[in-house]
Amino acid sequence: MTTTADPVLTGRAAARATDLSKVYGEGETRVVALDRVSVEFRRGEFTAIMGPSGSGKSTLMHCMAGLDTVSSGSATIGATELVGLKDKELTRLRRDHVGFVFQSFNLLPTLTALENITLPMDIAGRKADREWLDRVIATVGLSGRLSHRPAQLSGGQQQRVACARALAGRPEIVFADEPTGNLDSRSGAEILSFLRNSVRELGQTVVMVTHDPVAASYADRVVFLADGRIVDELHGPTADGVLDRMRRFDAKGRTS
Amino acid sequence: MFRTALRNVLAHKARLLMTTLAVLLGTAFVAGTLVFTDTLGEALKNSSARSFSDISVAVTDPAADAYAGAAQRNRRGPALTEDVLRRISAADGVAGARGVVTGFAGVADRAGALIGDGWSTTGTNFAPGAGGRDPRYPMAEGRGPSGPGEAALDAATAAKGGLRVGDTVRVAVNGPVMRLRLTGVFRTDDPRVSSGGSLVLFDTPTAQRLYLTPGRYSEIDAAAAPGTSETALLGRIEGLLPKGGALKAETGRRLADDQAAQIARATDNLSTALLAFAGIALFVGVFLIANTFTMLVAQRTRELALLRAVGASRRQVTRSVLAEALAVGVAASLGGLAAGVGIAVGMRAVMGATGVDLPDGPLVVTPSTVLVSLAVGTLVTVLAAWLPARRAATIPPVAAMSSAELPASQRSLRVRNSLGAALAVLGAAAVVYGASTGGSAGRMPVAVGAVLVLVGVFVLTPLLSRPVIALAGPLLGGAFGVSGRLARRNAVRNPRRTAATASALTVGVTLISALSVIGASVGAAVDRAVTDGMKADYMVSMANYASLSPEVARGIAKVPGVSAVSPVESVPLRLGGRSQEVSGVDAAALGELVEVRMRSGSAGALAQGRLLVRADVARERGWRTGSAVRAAYPDGSRARLVVGGVFEENALLSEAVLAGRVLDPHVRQPYVRQVLVKGADGAGPALQRALRDATGDNPLIKVEDRDGVRASFSGKIGFLLNLLYGLLAMAVLIAVLGVVNTLAMSVFERRREIGMLRAVGLDRSGVKRMVRLESLVISLFGAVLGIGLGTFLAWAVNGTLRAELDGLTTVVPPATVGYLLAGAAVIGLLAALWPARRASRLDVLESIKAA
Repeated sequence: MTTTADPVLTGRAAARATDLSKVYGEGETRVVALDRVSVEFRRGEFTAIMGPSGSGKSTLMHCMAGLDTVSSGSATIGATELVGLKDKELTRLRRDHVGFVFQSFNLLPTLTALENITLPMDIAGRKADREWLDRVIATVGLSGRLSHRPAQLSGGQQQRVACARALAGRPEIVFADEPTGNLDSRSGAEILSFLRNSVRELGQTVVMVTHDPVAASYADRVVFLADGRIVDELHGPTADGVLDRMRRFDAKGRTS
Repeated sequence: MFRTALRNVLAHKARLLMTTLAVLLGTAFVAGTLVFTDTLGEALKNSSARSFSDISVAVTDPAADAYAGAAQRNRRGPALTEDVLRRISAADGVAGARGVVTGFAGVADRAGALIGDGWSTTGTNFAPGAGGRDPRYPMAEGRGPSGPGEAALDAATAAKGGLRVGDTVRVAVNGPVMRLRLTGVFRTDDPRVSSGGSLVLFDTPTAQRLYLTPGRYSEIDAAAAPGTSETALLGRIEGLLPKGGALKAETGRRLADDQAAQIARATDNLSTALLAFAGIALFVGVFLIANTFTMLVAQRTRELALLRAVGASRRQVTRSVLAEALAVGVAASLGGLAAGVGIAVGMRAVMGATGVDLPDGPLVVTPSTVLVSLAVGTLVTVLAAWLPARRAATIPPVAAMSSAELPASQRSLRVRNSLGAALAVLGAAAVVYGASTGGSAGRMPVAVGAVLVLVGVFVLTPLLSRPVIALAGPLLGGAFGVSGRLARRNAVRNPRRTAATASALTVGVTLISALSVIGASVGAAVDRAVTDGMKADYMVSMANYASLSPEVARGIAKVPGVSAVSPVESVPLRLGGRSQEVSGVDAAALGELVEVRMRSGSAGALAQGRLLVRADVARERGWRTGSAVRAAYPDGSRARLVVGGVFEENALLSEAVLAGRVLDPHVRQPYVRQVLVKGADGAGPALQRALRDATGDNPLIKVEDRDGVRASFSGKIGFLLNLLYGLLAMAVLIAVLGVVNTLAMSVFERRREIGMLRAVGLDRSGVKRMVRLESLVISLFGAVLGIGLGTFLAWAVNGTLRAELDGLTTVVPPATVGYLLAGAAVIGLLAALWPARRASRLDVLESIKAA
């Protein structure tokens, strides 16, 4: 793949889904996980995707991040269409333009914190932008622990390493899948503040899947998913506001 | 609980496959080695066994024995003549007596090559009784030989050579080849024949002329009449024998017992070697099975903890693991036993095809092989499962709930390291001490020390893995980027597992490199000894180490283009009251044929009838140039010999040298070891052809140039090495599968990490490369360890051989080391093929979510 002119970085949206569907199984066992979803994640925005279990929020994220294949519709990162890309091209796209934060940290136990942070760049054979890297590390507050192995770090610290790893390559977009799911509330709050700061101060784009209204309240915008469809959207959310919306879906779901 | 265990076995088919494979391979290795060694041992025994079933009493003449050395040949005394035979036949209680003459007889096939591999090439006399039949040799076709131009052959040899009754057969004893008419083909159950040898029958006068002198026998066999016991007959026959000689009468039973004991002695070394191999096989098998199970249970920790959480007692958990192990162990051992027999058959076929000559014989599967293999497979599996199962049972049930990755066992290696260091140091001390003794007394310490060092190093392997693999670090990172760096980190992350993977390979490489180094060292020493001392262009000798006919040297002397010839006789002389082996040579030609390095005196003194003495003998006996030595010849006459010089050890010459002119008048039947020949224009195909012709194209006579001599000396070593390599190849095969197993398991354990790597942008080929490099690093680590250990042990073994082989220095053949490393690299890459593929095909999402 040639990305010399970096077409990925053109356009206003960091990532966009158009009529995106994902269907599992066939016949009797056919399950529609995503039903013609269209959504746009704007550059420099912190978006939370919310919804009950099985609503398709993780599937949406996986499809848009190039981790899963799409049944129909289109998904783009920057100007690059993901549908139809080969595994190798997808791998390279993820490596160079997407950052990931997983629920269970997913660090390599054999590498130090710093090595884990620079891993995607090492894989690409690129040199890290030293100034940027220092800024990211300072923001997550890991300066003193860079030579530690994951086993010597607390859960919160490990997740901060994972966040730094996602941001170190200055990706087009960062996808975070329940990043606070395995953390106590204090560590969780730290991570969420950090994600928000990375958007506000570092100008990054973050999409976070969560089912925690408090976590969602850190975002600029919340997208609500139910039964594979986008059912609502909230700007400038508060925890109570999010909870309120959620309750309404539940009620609707029960009456309809 | 048993049902749970059984379900477990069935629920994890892939895991089950790997465990079963490990046990099966271990058992197959043990069974294969046992079957192979039993079969080989039995065939070797048969190849020198003889049936005594129809003999009540046998009288032998040691001086006429085909295997007689120079000393026996030249002993004077009464012989077994026609007259003795007649007297024994007429004795009371003798149902019948037969005179036997036996010696070597090579048979050539149509192309002129020796039939029967030279294992046992026997010729004997056809002694027909009434009716023209010899009950020992029932004719399948034709009739027995009855004149000087006739011979009969055993059916197997005739078939091998494509020979039929009426054909002309080329038969050679120790002189020119004879063309005889094949009058008959006979059947025999002589074990020497069934193990691949050949048997030729001549009529009695011809046999006597060929092997002894007319009218003389090498043995007289008597059968007792009904009602006469063997011992009674023995007494009677002893009374009939001429007095004052070496003639010896024995009962048939005694002879059979003696033979059994002698064969046991002769094959004792081989049995020990083969037993050692079976031991190694066991060791490797136990190792492999134990390792696999330890890893499996580690993998199942969470599952076992879950069982505990839902209320299973510790004992129940332990028992379920044991039941599973028992099921796998029994099934896999049975499969392994069958595979082992197959391996033994295959190995014989492979060795036969690659030109390694082994005696023939039926496959031997003893009950002990079956029992040992099954017991090893089952017991080791159960034991290997038991320890980790107990460990698993102590895991708190909470472990089942935590979804976090369980860190690799970081239990302190301190105890393990101290134990390993102690064993290794103790063993190394014993080995060094043994090597320093420089003789056979050092063998025991070396053997015991070697085992201790091996075990010690295996125990220490986890400790050693870090620094050794760290050496490869810069190279890996530099050449392969992030995949290389990750591979190196993965290779050292769990030292126990790395050690377990590498050790299987280390065992094989240690043995192979030790053997190669010993082989190369001994080969180099022999090579030096042979070629340094030899100036002759050709060496003529018997393929079966029997004496050449004196005619051979005379015939060669007449060949045009030959500038110097000398037979090298070997004669025992009593010098100064002690027997010493003396070489009888042509004094005039010696200087042209043999590089004699004199410490003092001169080789020319030979021509004046003086004695040359080897340096070590001279030192031991206190002789020097000019010393006078009392000598007693084989015929009993005495003389005073003057030492004309002292020479350095030479492979072609014995302890002392005397001119043939001085020696021959006192020797009735010279034992000619070889004839050395120098060509006027050096070696060449024409001269070689002419020499072959001069020896009558006898297939038993070898005409070898210098390279040939070197080859046949190293060939003797090579044969043994090949045999051992065959067995070791099996150990290496097992090691490869061990590496595959461990790698596949570690890929499985790390699938979360691999999923993450794929998510953050490592492509499939990068994942593959990472797994392959890890395998490569671990394999090379195992090989480096093995080569180091092997070289050290070879050095020690060489130390114990120094007394027997002058000038033995340890030679590490760089090519072999290169091959071993390259081989280990290939093994590493091959072993990684499947696991790497599996790792690269992992589904990214599933792997990330995997618990």
